[in-house]
Order: sequence, then C-alpha cells, then structure tokens
Amino acid sequence: MSPRDQILGAVRKSLGVDRADARTTAARKAVASARLAAHQRHPLPGRVAGKSADDLVGVLRAQLTASAVTIVDVARLADVPAAVSGYLRAQNLPQRVRFGADETLAGLPWASAATLEVTRGRAALSDEVGVSMPVAGVAETGTLVLASGPENPVTLNFVPETHVVVLEASRIVAGYEDAFALVRERFGEGVMPRTVNMISGPSRTGDIGGRIVMGAHGPRRMCVVLVGAP
Amino acid sequence: MLSTTRDFKSNARTALGDAQLQRALSGLPGGLVAQRTAARARLPEFEDLREVGKQIRDHALDHLDVYLETWEAKAKAAGAHVHWASTAKDARDIILKICRDADAKLVTKGKSMVSEEIALNACLEEAGVTVAETDLGEYIIQIRGEHPSHIIAPSIHVTKEEVEKDFRRVHTHLAKDRVLEEPATLVDEARQVLREKYARADVGITGANFLIAETGSSIIVTNEGNGDLTQSLARVHVVITSIDRVIPTMEDVSSILRLLARSATGQEFSTYTTFSTGPRRAEDPDGPEAYHVVLLDNGRSEILGSELREVLRCIRCGACMNHCPVYNAIGGHAYGWVYPGPIGAVLTPSLIGVKEAGHLPNASTFCGRCEQVCPMKIPLPKLMRQHREAEFRQGEGLGFAARQGLAVWGFVARRPRLYHLANRLAVRALAIWSGGAGAIRRLPLAGGWTKHRDFPAPQGHTFQQLWAEAKKGVPR
Repeated sequence: MSPRDQILGAVRKSLGVDRADARTTAARKAVASARLAAHQRHPLPGRVAGKSADDLVGVLRAQLTASAVTIVDVARLADVPAAVSGYLRAQNLPQRVRFGADETLAGLPWASAATLEVTRGRAALSDEVGVSMPVAGVAETGTLVLASGPENPVTLNFVPETHVVVLEASRIVAGYEDAFALVRERFGEGVMPRTVNMISGPSRTGDIGGRIVMGAHGPRRMCVVLVGAP
Repeated sequence: MLSTTRDFKSNARTALGDAQLQRALSGLPGGLVAQRTAARARLPEFEDLREVGKQIRDHALDHLDVYLETWEAKAKAAGAHVHWASTAKDARDIILKICRDADAKLVTKGKSMVSEEIALNACLEEAGVTVAETDLGEYIIQIRGEHPSHIIAPSIHVTKEEVEKDFRRVHTHLAKDRVLEEPATLVDEARQVLREKYARADVGITGANFLIAETGSSIIVTNEGNGDLTQSLARVHVVITSIDRVIPTMEDVSSILRLLARSATGQEFSTYTTFSTGPRRAEDPDGPEAYHVVLLDNGRSEILGSELREVLRCIRCGACMNHCPVYNAIGGHAYGWVYPGPIGAVLTPSLIGVKEAGHLPNASTFCGRCEQVCPMKIPLPKLMRQHREAEFRQGEGLGFAARQGLAVWGFVARRPRLYHLANRLAVRALAIWSGGAGAIRRLPLAGGWTKHRDFPAPQGHTFQQLWAEAKKGVPR
C-alpha cells in the first residue's frame, strides 16, 4: 500500500468511514463539494460590515497608519509618478524605482517626474524601491492583497528596502473575502497565481528582547499611494 | 527531535534556578498577554469568531480524507509535487531526496515546527547540506545550538545581551569594535548576514499554517518576510506540513486568520500572509521552478480517532503557553520536546507516548486559562485529564507517597464532619503560622511549593464557614 493510501485509510478508520459504503462516501463528498462551491461567508467584523465606501476608506487609513504605513494621497493616476518621486525625496531615498509589466503602471507619465529613473522586471538584490499594483486593499486591517506574475513580480514585494503600492480607491474592499472574490474573478474558480500576498505594513520582528524592530528581512518602509480616495 | 520529556521534573527544577532564563521570561509572555487582550477588545466579534473557527476546524476534521484528496488534486493541477509521509523518518527521507535531486548545497528555511518534529536540520546537515534558518528567532537558536522554546517566538528565552554575544562569536567577518547594543542594530546585522543566502539557496523550505482545499494552496503567516524570500528566491520550494492543516475554502480561512494574529501576538493581522500554489508559471519572472508539499501524519490520523481529536483543531498561535503559569515559570525547553506549554502537554504524549511524556499533563494547575484563550476552544485541561487517566490505567502514574496521600484524603473527604474539622484546624494553623502576613514564605512539608513562591495565607475561616455566615446575614 502506498503511504498515501495508508494515511487516508487510517484517517477514514479513525473517522469510522467505510469506503465500501458507497452511499455514505458519496454523501460526504457531496457535503464537501457543496461547501467548496458555495463560498459561504462567515460574519464580517462590525467595523467594516455594511459600511459605505467612504467609511471603508477611513478604516483603511487608520489601519494602515497603525501598521506604520505612509499614505500619500493623489487625485488621479497621472499624479502617481510625481507623488512617488516626492515621497522618495522626503525619505532621502534614491530616485530609482522598479516595477513589472502591469499595464496601469506602465501607462503612467513617469517622464513627468524628471528625476525619477524607472527600471522594469523582477527585483534584483541591489534594487532599493519596488512599485506594485494590488488586487485589492482590505479596509478591516489595512491589508494589501497582491497577485504574483509578470505584471507584479513577487520579488518586488520583499527584496527592495522600500515598497510602494499604488491603490486605487475603487479597489478598496471591506473584508478578506471581498479581496478573494476579486482574485477568483481575475484567475478563475479555484485557480490561483503562484502567490497571493497579503501585506500589512513593513517587515518587522520582535525576536530580540521582545521589542518590535522594522525591516527584519523584507522592506523597511512601505508607502501606499491612494488614488482618488475621499 | 530527541525527547528529554522523561526528565521534565529535573528540567523544570533547573529552569526555575536559571537566573538568565528567569530574566528572559520575566517580561515577554506578559507582553503578549497584554497585547492579545487589547486586540480582543478592539474586535467585539472575537468571541463569536472563536465559535466560527471551532466549527470550521471540526467540519474540516470530520471530512479530513475528502478535503485532503480535494486539496491534493488542486495542488497537482497547479503543478505541485505532493508527498505523503507516515512517519518522521519518511518525511526526512523524502526531503533529503528532493535536496539530493536538486544537487542542493545550501538550504534556506522559514520557521516550521513540523521540521523540528522530524528533526530535519540534523538530517540535512549530516548529509552535507548546509541549513540556514532565516526567521530571526530561529537563526539565533540555530547559532546557539538550541531548539525553539516557544512555537511562535522560538528565542523568547534568550536575552538581548546573549544575542549580542552570540553574534560577536559567529559573525567573525565583521569589525570587532562594532557597536551592537540596540535591538535594531542586531536585527540589521542578521539581515545583512542572511540576505545573500536567500539568493544563493538551492532549496527553500517552509512550513504551512494551513492548506486550502478549494485552491490547492499552502499558507504561511510571518512578520519578517523571511518565509517569502525563502520560497521566492530558491530554485525549489519545499513545504513541510501535517495532514491536519487543511481548511475547506478561502472564506473559511478568512475567519480563522482573523483569530490567528490577534491570539498570537495581539496584532490586528500578521504582516505577511502568503498563499502559495504550485511552482512559477511559464510567464512568471520569479519564483521557484519546483514546488513540493510533504504531508506528515506521524500519529495524527490516530489522534483523530481518539478522545483527543479536538487537539487537532490547534492553529499554533501560542496563546495557551503565553497565558500558562507553568510555562511562564519554566519556559519551553523544560518540556523536553517540540511543543511546549498546554498544547505540548496534550500533543506530546499523543505523539510520542504517555510513557515518555506522562509528566507533562501532570504539570498543570488546571487553572483553565489556556482553554479560555484558545481561539479554537480546545478544552486543554480536559484533554490533559484524559492523558492522566490513560497514564493511571497503564499503571505508569502514581508513586507510593501519592497513593498513600490520596488514600488519607479519600478517607477524610468521605466523612464530612471530620473533613470540616480538619479544614478548620488547618486554616487556623496556617493563619497563625503566617503571623498575620498575607503570605507564607516557608511551610513544613511543602518546601517544594514555597521554595519558588509564597503560599497565600488563609484569613482564618473556611469557605464553608463563610458561606454559613453569609446565609445568616453576618456582615463582612
């Protein structure tokens, strides 16, 4: 017997399930399939349940701030390059960013920020600033949901010391379930990109003396450029 | 991992006398307790969520075979290699073979308690593969040649000063006169040392907090991002996890994630929650070329059929140990195996046997805080009691003195008049002995207790007396 059959057999024995009993087996499978298909949601926390779009932006802002994320507001997508350039200058960081093949990012007027140098593709260890577009921004805990791929290579989220995420107000959702619904919409039912990354602020650790220190292995700082949010 | 659980009593005694350890323990778990309390207060739905979480886990375990098969089919469709391991040795052999096939010289590792359970590092090192732990806490204990003393804060027993000493000892390529006092400087040094390893690694090994049946994904939850660099920069990603980790849907895991970080560190959400599904896609510019998941049983299928099944709901948040007076007094190493604290007291005897680990479920005051804070509502004291009963049935339990003591207690307890008289005398005697102070510092026949803490002095009346007076309306 293969280890697989042995383990599954032991599990069934412990559950008191007789595989030869076709009716029970079918019924149990049906229960599981129904649950997988239904995507039934459990209650959302009151801080975001049934809230208006404006309220959600407020919750998101508070949560991002609590997680040590810098928020930069712009009215339109076209204002993003100048805002990124301004943020880097304020932080005393080099005017050099890298992003992937994301069409929205590629379509921005980067030349309008004269000092900003733009490179494309996956992150190299020498990169200092990565820019990404998320699938969604989850208000309840200020969590950005990113999907890996050529558009937004996953290494940009973790390798550079600074991570800039451009979040359009239309992508702000209440809970994690709403973000996963958007992932499902983009990639298909039960299909995922290699990674879906939920990110809530810069990298941190409490492993030395119990004190939180930023920039353990991933980015030391994070900036969300909020586009068109009230 | 080799167990020293048999020596729990002497381990605990050593730990209580270890001044350095006591200093490390004095503040830390308390901080986590306060942070969890604050996080719970910020989410009024927390208690309702615990019930939701419990039901999800119970449902998943009731249909474990079906969800494992579903998860496997989905994972394979995304290009995953799925391996099933009945024992720790099977899992080690599988991972060693993956490393050999990849011609691996350097393996980076994210934090994984299952990898501790199967003693993976020693096996890989023996085969000539260099293992670099990348979680900062794990890195610290690796260079100290130790094991984790907490399931989410593995180096909680190490003080900042000790870390500094260890870094100076190991990082000999750095300037001797560098200033290393601040935690931030130490974190920075570890960051520099580990950074180049991620990209050089042939294989990156992580654990998994959960597996999602709906999508065939594995999930890791971290604050440092080390698990992500580990899996995204190595050529091969290996996930080592156990069969009880599977959750049906993304909606189900959403609710459970709302509980995990709040229970563990009191954060609203951990910094990084990463769903990994298969290797890099053809069009992907980064990510591993191969993705393996090793599913370990190692006794869990048996626990599923026992009266201890509920322990499998555990999501490894560590809240039970943070709140445990025994853990707070002796730290994690005294428990002698991978899982310390109340969860260890239930899990360890289940996985390595009551004979080896019978001390653990006995080292509890049954104060019940662990059950109160468990996000999955695992009745830990009840499960410990079941181990005690099993131990007793196997005749492993009580020594001569304990049996005699219980016999005397039984004789008195069955005779209410005698019991009340004995109680009144004892309470009076203790009150006099305390000399009016609130606590007794030394007590004949109870030196084992008063050596490490004071015995609270009774106020002069028994509970029964107070009750009778209260009924009569005697004002207090």
